[in-house]
Amino acid sequence: MERRLALLARRGHGGADDMPFALVLDGPHGPVVHATTPAAEEAGVRPGLRAVDARAVCPSLRVDEADPRGDEAALLDLALWARRWCPWTAVDGPGGIAMDVTGSTHLQGGEAAMLEEIGGRLAGLGLSCRLAIAPTRGAAWALARFGTGREICDAPDLAARTGPLPVRALRLGEDTALLLRRLGIRTVDDLSAVPRLSLARRFARAEAGDNPLVRLDQMMGRLPEPLHCPDEPPRFLARAVLSEPMLDPTPLLPALAGELCAMLAAKGFGARRVMLALFRSDGAVSSVEAATARATRDPLHLARLFEGKLERLDPGFGFDLVTLGATGAEELRSRQPGLDSRRDEGEELARFVDRVSARFGPQALLRPGFQESHIPERREAWTPALGPQPPLPPVPHAPRPLRLFDPPEEVQVVYAVPEGPPAQFVWRRMTHRVTRFAGPERIAPEWWRDRPGTRLRDYYRVEDHTGRRFWLYREGVVGDGRGGTPRWFMHGAFA
Amino acid sequence: MKCADPFAPATPVPDRSPTLCEVFALTPTDAAPTGFVLAQVPDPARGPILWVQDRLSRREGGRPYATGLASLLRRPVQILYLEARRAVDVLWAMEEALGCPALAAVIGEVWGDPPALDFTATKRLALRAEGSGVQAWLLRRAARADLSAARERWRVSGLPSPPAPDDLRAPGAPIWQADLFRARGRMPGAWVTRHDQGTGRLDFGHLTPLADPAPPLRALG
Repeated sequence: MERRLALLARRGHGGADDMPFALVLDGPHGPVVHATTPAAEEAGVRPGLRAVDARAVCPSLRVDEADPRGDEAALLDLALWARRWCPWTAVDGPGGIAMDVTGSTHLQGGEAAMLEEIGGRLAGLGLSCRLAIAPTRGAAWALARFGTGREICDAPDLAARTGPLPVRALRLGEDTALLLRRLGIRTVDDLSAVPRLSLARRFARAEAGDNPLVRLDQMMGRLPEPLHCPDEPPRFLARAVLSEPMLDPTPLLPALAGELCAMLAAKGFGARRVMLALFRSDGAVSSVEAATARATRDPLHLARLFEGKLERLDPGFGFDLVTLGATGAEELRSRQPGLDSRRDEGEELARFVDRVSARFGPQALLRPGFQESHIPERREAWTPALGPQPPLPPVPHAPRPLRLFDPPEEVQVVYAVPEGPPAQFVWRRMTHRVTRFAGPERIAPEWWRDRPGTRLRDYYRVEDHTGRRFWLYREGVVGDGRGGTPRWFMHGAFA
Repeated sequence: MKCADPFAPATPVPDRSPTLCEVFALTPTDAAPTGFVLAQVPDPARGPILWVQDRLSRREGGRPYATGLASLLRRPVQILYLEARRAVDVLWAMEEALGCPALAAVIGEVWGDPPALDFTATKRLALRAEGSGVQAWLLRRAARADLSAARERWRVSGLPSPPAPDDLRAPGAPIWQADLFRARGRMPGAWVTRHDQGTGRLDFGHLTPLADPAPPLRALG
């Protein structure tokens, strides 16, 4: 939620704190509220509520789509960033980060000072947090979520501090927590009072993550619970330090590309995005970036991506440091090409896409994707060829033109009856006499997307006296109450 | 309405190896050259077709519509589309693409007679196409047939179509008049052509005057 608010604030929609705002996720019965602002919470909007109900409770609510994948990625980044305080951090469930601070607290001047520091830094990022330090991971989890927000718990009073917490603080699933509540066990103390033998028998089949006894032992430190900590993604950067300032980076590029590719190969990675940066002697930095359709570690190919782009870099009075870094990299296994020594065609195509995108920009080379729509221009979503392959437009049931005029061009039409086909039309100051026609094919507007008042389209396939075939449509019909006399448009040309 | 089938004795047309061919449109808005080129793409399943247009070609002739291409060829067609600002960029992209055998064909559209499109440029394209085995097509609109190294030069226009089998007023399967006015290794000539949906190839037939096209529509409804 706070990530989104920060995004909104950056886009200039400030003052979001006091505004009821909710993020929704698609559920089986329509969108469900996923996260809210405090203002929305006060108005009675809670996570888990359906979006329609939330709007009824709070009519001024603003709703937007949640982005759980983006949140996950941001949380992972945050967990890696948190290694500034201790070397052992990991993402812990949705919205949580676990840190093993053993032996690191004295560097910040003690546990309390460390919590202050973490809270301050996160607030500087625009994030609120609830923090707890405890001897076990389970206890820290529970105190952070069910405590006051800044908790420090020492080993002697572990049982006393965690005892009054509800059983949900044991990281149990909804079903198990409900079962315990029905059994009359509300707090951790209640659970500790139950004889171990009967608990073990009752939950013999439960998974370790859902077993109250296991969770209780983990919280009290009777069972070990190591923190699995992800490796930091490797960084790749080749640099050339020059003794004298230079004006043209071209001669340095092959060596830099070779060095970068050797680094990538050593780790089994390939570059998806590379950035060349010039550090000028007057302190300014200028950089160019190029992207690739497929991970690569071919020095020649990487060097070629910057062809024609280096002129755009402003070297000023010369630069004395050049870096070539892989800003995006992904794993790339070595592959054995076929034994018949043919070149890898997919690889060739990916390189072609890279070169064209590097020269004309990443949005220039496009491919058509398919979208479920009957409106001809909406049926195709053009996506950059650098991205993944979208589904292809399937063979349509009715004939469609080879070429589309985008946007459609208005034509003057002579017709025998207003509802009928055109008899003659004037397009680009040329008169076309219609000799054959097929239609109409009626395509209704999409009321769930279009503005109210959008008119339907009646498409006609026509052939003129010179043998050219066109696709015309009439926008609306006479008397549909959505405007005056319907206008005609030229939308495409058939073979 | 009786109309002799011009395709009855099919004229044998030699298969040629991939090279550079130029196709001139008689009128810029006619999509017949597009259909003519598309019907000769060797195997659309082999890979994507690269389609490069300069800006004026797109504005005057429209952009390719992938659903329509699929509707002519009766199979989904992969294309890579690039709109370039200048004719030089179109030629650069075509030349880069012709080094890439994974493409099914390379189609470039150039408006008018830009100075960049000279004998040398076409010769480079032709040699690269022959070297890599990718067919290259240059669609020319509002252009004169100046000096060029294209191995075949066609002039293509739409012809009034025969009536559709189930609706006499509707346009039927499209036919095109194709004029080969300059070629290397084969005789120039004029044919009437159509896309054969069964074999997926281009049929060449004798150019016989077809029966009169349908009279213009008068009263309807």
